[in-house]
Amino acid sequence: MVTQADDPALHDAFDDLVTNDGRVEPRDWMPDDYRKTLIRQIAQHAHSEIIGMQPEGNWITRAPSLRRKAILMAKVQDEAGHGLYLYSAAETLGVSREQLTELLLAGKQKYSSIFNYPTVTWADVGAIGWLVDGAAITNQVPLCRCSYGPYARAMVRICKEESFHQRQGFDVLYTLSRGTPEQHAMAQDAVDRWWWPSLAMFGPPDSESAHSSQSMAWGIKRFSNDDLRQRFVDMSVPQAEVLGLTLPDPDLRWNDERKHYDFGPIDWDGFKEVLAGNGPCNRQRIEHKRRVHADGAWVREAATAYADKHADATMVRA
Amino acid sequence: MTDDRREWPLWEVFIRSRRGLAHNHVGSLHAPDAPTALRNARDVYTRRQEGVSIWVVPSTTITASSPDEKDSFFEPAADKVYRHPTFYDLPAGVQHL
Repeated sequence: MVTQADDPALHDAFDDLVTNDGRVEPRDWMPDDYRKTLIRQIAQHAHSEIIGMQPEGNWITRAPSLRRKAILMAKVQDEAGHGLYLYSAAETLGVSREQLTELLLAGKQKYSSIFNYPTVTWADVGAIGWLVDGAAITNQVPLCRCSYGPYARAMVRICKEESFHQRQGFDVLYTLSRGTPEQHAMAQDAVDRWWWPSLAMFGPPDSESAHSSQSMAWGIKRFSNDDLRQRFVDMSVPQAEVLGLTLPDPDLRWNDERKHYDFGPIDWDGFKEVLAGNGPCNRQRIEHKRRVHADGAWVREAATAYADKHADATMVRA
Repeated sequence: MTDDRREWPLWEVFIRSRRGLAHNHVGSLHAPDAPTALRNARDVYTRRQEGVSIWVVPSTTITASSPDEKDSFFEPAADKVYRHPTFYDLPAGVQHL
């Protein structure tokens, strides 16, 4: 007997759809591996947005002005929103929000390694906006055309909002860079520390990327890690010049033959350590998330109790 | 972790971006009840004035056509091209028709 999972007609219809740049929607048949890959990727993306609130949230109370504080709060609130769009997209694949949260808290699903670095000065808020969000946008714009409809739609919303994030970061650095010598040095120090980790955000080189080719065939991924990294470097160099800041890479120079900037080798061993859980803040990030999740339990319980008490025609049990 | 592990129900969110337009589906969220779902939808989906009106609908109450029956379900419309005005050839010179 042919089960649904290995019915060749379903496989063919799916392959046709993705090959012709069609969109897969939640209730369509899809290969198990496609579903698993998407759940892994969307969940990791959602977790990154949620954990990503911590390094910047760290500076809300110490933002240098009311204006900067209001902007930073709006940005951190956006990150929460992005996490929710993405959890909502992941749930269309048959996992629950609660399952995903538990996997994150148990350390069984990852978030982007970039958030395991500390934000030690105010300038780090600027560097995160300019470089980290800039790298994220470079990665995410092609995802707006991802073959899975709900993920693509979430990415459209996210990319629109990320543009504000990147500009506010640039604005922070631009202001510091033209301030006092101490402020300029602070901006330079932040860029020195965030540049290489930002390049690592694009993932391992194409020659070593575990999931790339299958994801490309499925229309989940549109460009290779190295292509996107190059695109980011090419955009960032002229922006750094406007900022009056240097990028910490002695090998960085324009290659007129390639029409791209050449850049130096990335220290992958160092990044693998962070990925393996030994970065400066890995433990702190997850412990913080566990604690606030536990601290918020009474709110969830109270809201459920209130809903039960006022249950009316619109109330639906899960 | 709490003892009460019952997950909040899922709500589908529809937003009217401006007067004169229909509500469009924008995503979903979890909330314990309808008023909270509305407030959460405002915070999640309209932080930049994307809407002037929000509907939240319990996901479980939506009845949807099945993608497996897509062909047979929509097929009756496929052979009725005469429902489109472009089906008809007009004699030369006819205007406003």
